[in-house]
Amino acid sequence: MSAEPRQSDFTGKARIALDDPKLRANFRRAMDGLMAKRGAQFADPVEWAALRARGIAARAGSLARLPELLEQLERRCAENGIQVHWAETTQEANAIVLDILQAAGARRVIKGKSMVSEEMHLNAHLNAHGIATMESDLGEYIIQLAGEAPSHIVMPCIHKNKAEVAALFADRIPGQPYTEDVDQLTAAARRALRGAFASADAGISGVNFAVAETGTLVLIENEGNGRLSTTLPPLHIAVTGIEKVLERLDDLPPLLSLLSRSATGQPITTYVNMITKPRQPGELDGPTAVHLVLLDNGRSRVYCDPELRDTLRCIRCAACMNHCPVYTRVGGHTYTFTYPGPIGKILTPQIEGLDCAGEQPHASSLCGACAEVCPVGIPIPQLLVRLRQEAVSPTSTAVKGGGTGGSLMETLIWRATTLMFTSPRLYGAGSRLMGWFGHLAPAWLPGLDRWTRTRSKPKFAAKSLHRLAKERGYPDA
Amino acid sequence: MNRDVPEWPEAVYFFGTCLVDLFFPEAGLAGMELLKSQGIRVIFPPDQSCCGQPARNNGRPDEARAVARQQIKSFPKAIPIVVPSGSCAGMMREHYPELFVGQPDEAQARAFSARVYELTWFLVHVCRMRLTDHGRPVKVAFHASCHSRREMGVHEEPRQLLRALANVTLLDLQRPAECCGFGGTFSVKQPDISGAMVRDKVADVTAAGADELLSGDCGCLMNIAGAMDKAGSPVRARHIAEFLLERSHEC
Ligand code: SF4
Repeated sequence: MSAEPRQSDFTGKARIALDDPKLRANFRRAMDGLMAKRGAQFADPVEWAALRARGIAARAGSLARLPELLEQLERRCAENGIQVHWAETTQEANAIVLDILQAAGARRVIKGKSMVSEEMHLNAHLNAHGIATMESDLGEYIIQLAGEAPSHIVMPCIHKNKAEVAALFADRIPGQPYTEDVDQLTAAARRALRGAFASADAGISGVNFAVAETGTLVLIENEGNGRLSTTLPPLHIAVTGIEKVLERLDDLPPLLSLLSRSATGQPITTYVNMITKPRQPGELDGPTAVHLVLLDNGRSRVYCDPELRDTLRCIRCAACMNHCPVYTRVGGHTYTFTYPGPIGKILTPQIEGLDCAGEQPHASSLCGACAEVCPVGIPIPQLLVRLRQEAVSPTSTAVKGGGTGGSLMETLIWRATTLMFTSPRLYGAGSRLMGWFGHLAPAWLPGLDRWTRTRSKPKFAAKSLHRLAKERGYPDA
Repeated sequence: MNRDVPEWPEAVYFFGTCLVDLFFPEAGLAGMELLKSQGIRVIFPPDQSCCGQPARNNGRPDEARAVARQQIKSFPKAIPIVVPSGSCAGMMREHYPELFVGQPDEAQARAFSARVYELTWFLVHVCRMRLTDHGRPVKVAFHASCHSRREMGVHEEPRQLLRALANVTLLDLQRPAECCGFGGTFSVKQPDISGAMVRDKVADVTAAGADELLSGDCGCLMNIAGAMDKAGSPVRARHIAEFLLERSHEC
């Protein structure tokens, strides 16, 4: 996989995705299913509100003490025999992982699902250094075969339907006949993966929560691949973002419940892995060495702003994208960078910079469907507006690439409309002029031409409400 | 929505919104007539203009604040401010307080926000409006704007008013809570995505078999009606206030 392009080109990719009826049908069907499953889990609004309040308290509380909790996590992990590494950039994180693997003489890596490893482009880095990587999550396995990136943070190959997977397997797995039978497809993947688990020199996984109090790495999954990846090979490397820390083990139950119910509509996932130590003397299985790589990659900067910090509460459940009318229509690849959907629209511009992903905060109608379902109450629309503000504020320092958006023309237009809306006389004159001449506005006028692609031209009323109210004798004070 | 129901007032202010003022004045007038029919004195301050939401949503808080101040100044008395738009009401009620944090006039802004009500909510909870249907049988669908639904918590009230009309069949949409794709500048910044969303909304309304599509927000209406018009749809779209006023008049 090549390095990421620096510009997001959201608009161009969206147009292509919108013109792909199969892609749109795949997403619509899948998102409808996920929304229904989540809806069934949270049918009781009182229980939902109470659980969400606990989830918010746990995440916000842990973030409030993040620096000290990270130190505590490091201490606990060290006591337990887990080696902790700090990486400020993805390059550093890749180098750390490579070093560990090379020191152990590892050639073959089996991977559990990890969005942070996607953020690092870890596979490409390791492959370039002669280390083979195999994704073991079924969805990740499929897109690895296809040479694609995940289109969703929980269901990485949700953009493909059964027939597409069948064709891919027949094409890429030696001896595999074309079949759309899901059991047979799963069995084919299992056959390929079992051997890889057994022969891997190392396993790499993500982390859902890292508990500071006990130094426990929590990893949830449904396929058992996470457990195999983290217990079968002699070496386990976990990679995660610095924000994933939880203060106490007691914070875990509400968050696990919120995460699995929001993500897949399951009361709990099939596997809940809690990793605290490497194999101890006398134990028969488990890796002999466990490493934890903690990645910053711009998160510290996000953390510094008290409002934007809420971005880091995210537990990566994907409910926001499942409910997003934009994501549903354009799919995950349109967002270019690792995290798509509403969470991506607030996270990506902060990590990559508003200069390269500045159009993403504007690619939202601010409908609020995301914030309504977010299990940790991230005010996503509010943060989108904040990022729009940072993009055009000449004094912005809070966000990378702040102040680089907006043209002089735009600024002038906002000044002019403000002038009109704050001067009753100007506003009155303007509204009369529009009433008389508004219909003459040519359909090619910038803005209007975009509006009229789908809709007819709006018609200015001959008489404004101001005039009608006066004519009908409504009092003005 | 859970908010305290104020006393039945002798007089209210009406904030028409710029969109209603310039494009859909008959919707605003209908809202005023409905309030008047409840025996309330309806005041229309002539210095009003826009709630400031477009500027705020586009990251221009200074401009939004200036526009907001113009409204705060124009509605000085301590009486309710009724708004025929859940979105503009949401801006004034939910976002003015945050917009004025740390400003010298923060207290005035908060006091103003507390007086803002969405029209249908006001008709249901404060006026306890009783409706008699004088119209012919008709099938309607209702679209609640996202801000009405999620910021003001208003989406049951308009349906309640419509259900009170004997000859009106209120149809269910397949995706009632999905955005119509308007989103202010979103509709021109992302015209293709916005267009796909509104076409889906039109398809939903059409599939429901509605004769009319009603909404409490003229932004959505401009979007949905514009798309229906362009597609040659026979479905009529208008503000719920106009519809209610027409039905409650004997003809
Ligand atoms: S932002 Fe909220 S809804 Fe979206 S993935 Fe994160 S936790 Fe889930």
